[in-house]
Amino acid sequence: MKYIGKRIPKIDGVGLVKGVPAYTSDLAINNNALIVKILRSPHASARIIHIDTTDAMAVPGVECVLTYKDVPETAFTLAGQSFPEPSPYDRRILDPVLRYVGDEVAIVAASNERVALRALAKIKVEYEVFTPVLDVESALDNELKVHATQPHTNFDVGCDASRNVAAAHSLEFGDVEAELSRCEVVIEQTYRTQAQAHAMMETYRASTSIDVHGRLQVMTSTQIPYHVRRHLSVILGLPKSKIKILKPRVGGSFGGKQTASVEIFPAIVTMKTGKAAHLVYTRQETFCCTTSRHAMVLTVRLGADKQGNIKVVDIHTLSDTGAYGEHAPTVFWVVGQKTLPLYSAICRYHGHAVYTNKAPGGALRGYGATQGTFALESAVNELAEKLGMDPAELRLKNLIKENDAHEALCGSLPGRPAVLASSSLDRCIKKGMELINWKNSFPAKDIGANKRRGYGMAVTMQGSGIAQIDTGSVTIKLNEDGFFTVSHAASDMGQGSDTMICQIAAEVLEVEMDQIIVASFDLDTLPYDPGAYASSGTYVAGKAAVIAAEQMVAQMRGAAARILDVSAEAVAYDSGLLSASADKKMSISELATTLCSFAGMDQLISKGTYGGETSPPPFIAGFAEVEVDLETGESKVIDYVAVVDCGTVINENLARIQVEGGIVMGIGLGLFEEVRYSGKGRLTTNSFMEYKIPSRLDIGEIRVAFEESHEPTGPYGAKSIGEVVCNTPAPAITEAIYNATGMRCRNLPVTAEKILMGIE
Amino acid sequence: MQLETTINGNKIVLDFAGGEFLAETLRRYGYLSVKEGCDTGSCGLCTVWLDGAPVLSCTTLTARMEDHEITTIEALNVEAEEFAQFLVAEGAEQCGFCAPGFTMTVLAMRRELKHPTVESINHYLAGNLCRCSGYKGQMRAIVKYMGVE
Amino acid sequence: MLEIENIIFPANLGEALATVRGIPGSVVLGGCGYLRLGSRKIRTAIDLARLGLDKIVETADTVEIGAMVTLRDVETDALTVGLAGGVLAKSVENIVGVQLRKCVTLGGSVAGRYPFSDPITALMAVDAELLFHGRGVISLQDYLEGKWGRDILVKIIVPKRQWIAAFTSVRKSVTDYAVLNCAVSKSGQDYRVVVGSRPSRALRVTTAENFLRENGLTKKSAVRAGELAAESLQFGDNPRGSGEYRKKICPVLVKRALLEVLDAA
Repeated sequence: MKYIGKRIPKIDGVGLVKGVPAYTSDLAINNNALIVKILRSPHASARIIHIDTTDAMAVPGVECVLTYKDVPETAFTLAGQSFPEPSPYDRRILDPVLRYVGDEVAIVAASNERVALRALAKIKVEYEVFTPVLDVESALDNELKVHATQPHTNFDVGCDASRNVAAAHSLEFGDVEAELSRCEVVIEQTYRTQAQAHAMMETYRASTSIDVHGRLQVMTSTQIPYHVRRHLSVILGLPKSKIKILKPRVGGSFGGKQTASVEIFPAIVTMKTGKAAHLVYTRQETFCCTTSRHAMVLTVRLGADKQGNIKVVDIHTLSDTGAYGEHAPTVFWVVGQKTLPLYSAICRYHGHAVYTNKAPGGALRGYGATQGTFALESAVNELAEKLGMDPAELRLKNLIKENDAHEALCGSLPGRPAVLASSSLDRCIKKGMELINWKNSFPAKDIGANKRRGYGMAVTMQGSGIAQIDTGSVTIKLNEDGFFTVSHAASDMGQGSDTMICQIAAEVLEVEMDQIIVASFDLDTLPYDPGAYASSGTYVAGKAAVIAAEQMVAQMRGAAARILDVSAEAVAYDSGLLSASADKKMSISELATTLCSFAGMDQLISKGTYGGETSPPPFIAGFAEVEVDLETGESKVIDYVAVVDCGTVINENLARIQVEGGIVMGIGLGLFEEVRYSGKGRLTTNSFMEYKIPSRLDIGEIRVAFEESHEPTGPYGAKSIGEVVCNTPAPAITEAIYNATGMRCRNLPVTAEKILMGIE
Repeated sequence: MQLETTINGNKIVLDFAGGEFLAETLRRYGYLSVKEGCDTGSCGLCTVWLDGAPVLSCTTLTARMEDHEITTIEALNVEAEEFAQFLVAEGAEQCGFCAPGFTMTVLAMRRELKHPTVESINHYLAGNLCRCSGYKGQMRAIVKYMGVE
Repeated sequence: MLEIENIIFPANLGEALATVRGIPGSVVLGGCGYLRLGSRKIRTAIDLARLGLDKIVETADTVEIGAMVTLRDVETDALTVGLAGGVLAKSVENIVGVQLRKCVTLGGSVAGRYPFSDPITALMAVDAELLFHGRGVISLQDYLEGKWGRDILVKIIVPKRQWIAAFTSVRKSVTDYAVLNCAVSKSGQDYRVVVGSRPSRALRVTTAENFLRENGLTKKSAVRAGELAAESLQFGDNPRGSGEYRKKICPVLVKRALLEVLDAA
């Protein structure tokens, strides 16, 4: 292998570090766009009785002020999902009913930001204020309703607005209650996970204009360019052919930009005015008026025999989707999908995702698996303690193994459970135990005065793409002097999918990577891809790249055969050289030049399309060493060991950084990150001063090791890595803290205060 | 308002609004390497040098810039390229949005820290947030770049 | 969004003072760290940046820190690093990052009377005084109690004594505001015990100070002084912590700071 498995630098890296203009706001700056600002609801639940924009319109420089009276009434979801989206169509561009503090009241477009803000302050609104539904645990069947009418859903997801239910679900394999009643040891505990912010460094932004063909041009920082186009088409009543989407470099996303939170606002301004418009969310808007990780209440019941054979797993979840149901059903399902296959054939997943008058939940790295893993793995740790077993050994005894089948694995059909085709999770656990010196360290040791170090572990699985739904394509064009253009819409947002696809194409095409141009900017020129989510980049788009590149090699052999006047089978291809015999051979460059000319007359373009029958899970075994100050409750993750099965590692550098970045995000979730609300429903953690993400001083050692498995359906045996990485820290850390202090925290984050108040 | 200052070695007359901060001014004048991430002086993305020292351009009033020297990464092409090679060799630039401000801090640190250690480097860079990398790859790059034992 | 209609760069302190007293609603610019938060309209801003207040100087019996000295300079200047075991430097070192500390000023932190301030707590422990132009010197403690206002802070004056001092704090994450902070000092048989971010403003704990003066500093008296501090002070709730938690960690922070002083003595 020349490129696969190597530490290849990202193809756009140096330019980005040097600050070369590459992001939406860099490229949009020269079109004198109107600046768009949004007036937002100060109330968590209210109705606009009267809205007067006269004074705002009179501010010099104001181009338009739009209220609910001026925009289409079409209902939709902003979730980036393949049609038919499971998410309820419960929002409008502007709505007289306001469902959370920050909900959009009016849109102002003006010649510059200062003018727009002056105009915003002059809009007069009279509200009828209602009592909001703020508490997730009393939202179900509350007499107060977040949505007065039932939203449209494309199929039954259990949405029932009259009960404040955005989605409901129940999935059972075997008879869970009967099995639980037979079990010698049962654990039943309730765990709470908090809302978490994506906190990507580039806030949400989009820039719109009408191009020379009269098409709406939208440049946006997104993970989902094709879904953005579909949403805008539906919302604005424009054919998709009349919308051009540009996706520049994206300054981080983590699932946030899998919801089209901002594009509609400049787009409606451009449609109304015919003028270019630009919207950049402030950090406050990014925190308060987009999405965050669904907060959940999860009750886990585990049953086992005294020998530690886990017989049954039951997980009940209550998910807080906030005011709108973007990703509400799917995040809710994934909690179960990525936990039920792990331990037991008899299992159940059930519960509700409920509406509240808070900022919407949404997609965030892990997508429910993070919450599910915290609950299930915490419960498994508690079971190990109750059984008097080493939690690592308990897992090794029970976890699903390579070639096992499980009905809850994605891709299963009724009566035909999917088979786990690759897993090295057992090796990951053993390797992790070795690295953290588990046998000698677990459960805890004293470290000098008033300090103790505890050890804890957790395992997790995710998926690789959405089985039997998401399907992505790659095309490859042979250019006139022998270099290639590889086109795809898998939406690099920093993780390096452009580079990964380039590596794979170069490996198959047997050329240097600099002979390949990766095009991923202009949707007009790109084949379909649902976007960068569900950990699909390497597995789905990477596999499509393999197929396209192999087809290109076949096409080149065929074309060379025609020119050399031999059969295609007679042409061998090796590192840029096509040869049939010692005197009948040509380089790619010679072939390409001929094919573009009158003599050759054959532009070669190949394609690859792939979607998985299954969603092969990557796995991680995570081990935490946490030091707790017994006098103040402060804790620090001294060492975190993550051993990863992502199948074949395509690019060791990028894979390692995914793991390290995900673990730090998981440590933040475990220890201090928390979206908080005031008693009236205002999101109070609205800046990096109030919502702290880990700085480099908050992080101890992080050690990453790979235990490769070989996924037969993946490109070169690869699976995904982007999401699975942030799931293990929270349960491993809380277990380590328990082992150090005897204080078991089932309510994230586990702050110093909770620890100190809980000790004794 | 108007004043004269020096940006990247060139004298320039800036037009600006009274309450404007330097980050906004610099972007308006085409120094697009300067990114903004937070509005509260918390993230370090907008780091530029003021008279050779790293400052937050989002917290520096443009009105105060008369007769100062402002440096952005556009003026440090060779040095930035050198460090960039170390950073991308670790894959640690990721989305890249924090990278120019981070690099400005690293280049200032290289001038300032006489005997860098992992600890003093971490402390110097604490004000540069990154949500992608988890910081470890950045440190691997810096250790090699600065030749830390 | 910040709007400033007019910015004045006074040529001297007298002019600055006349402006601040003469123009209602005028605002003195410090390091501008908080200026951009929220939406604010300022008719007249007074910038002291050109008055040479950015110096740290030593006199026979004081170290004087100009109001426009940045926190980064407090952290790195030999005079402040050498003062009272570097307690001032230590108190600012976790405030966000070097870039912010190079912007924001010690004068701004002090003049704003921010109750969560780390350097105020440290300054209280070394008997800092403030020089206001046209008004004279006031102790930091008196100023924090709300005396004086709408004046021009010129410098912060720290008397030179045989200070041995220490600063401790608890934070939810390293660069966050303190849940609680503490500074203590010893000069001869004289002690200062200061606790801030309670979450209200920093206070000296005279019961603990007197106890230490009477009993001397030992491992045992350090513990008792901490308990006295927790008993004497009021603690409240804010998003960073409850009053109950603060009360529980107060003795620990005081004790640890005192033990640090004991070690250094």
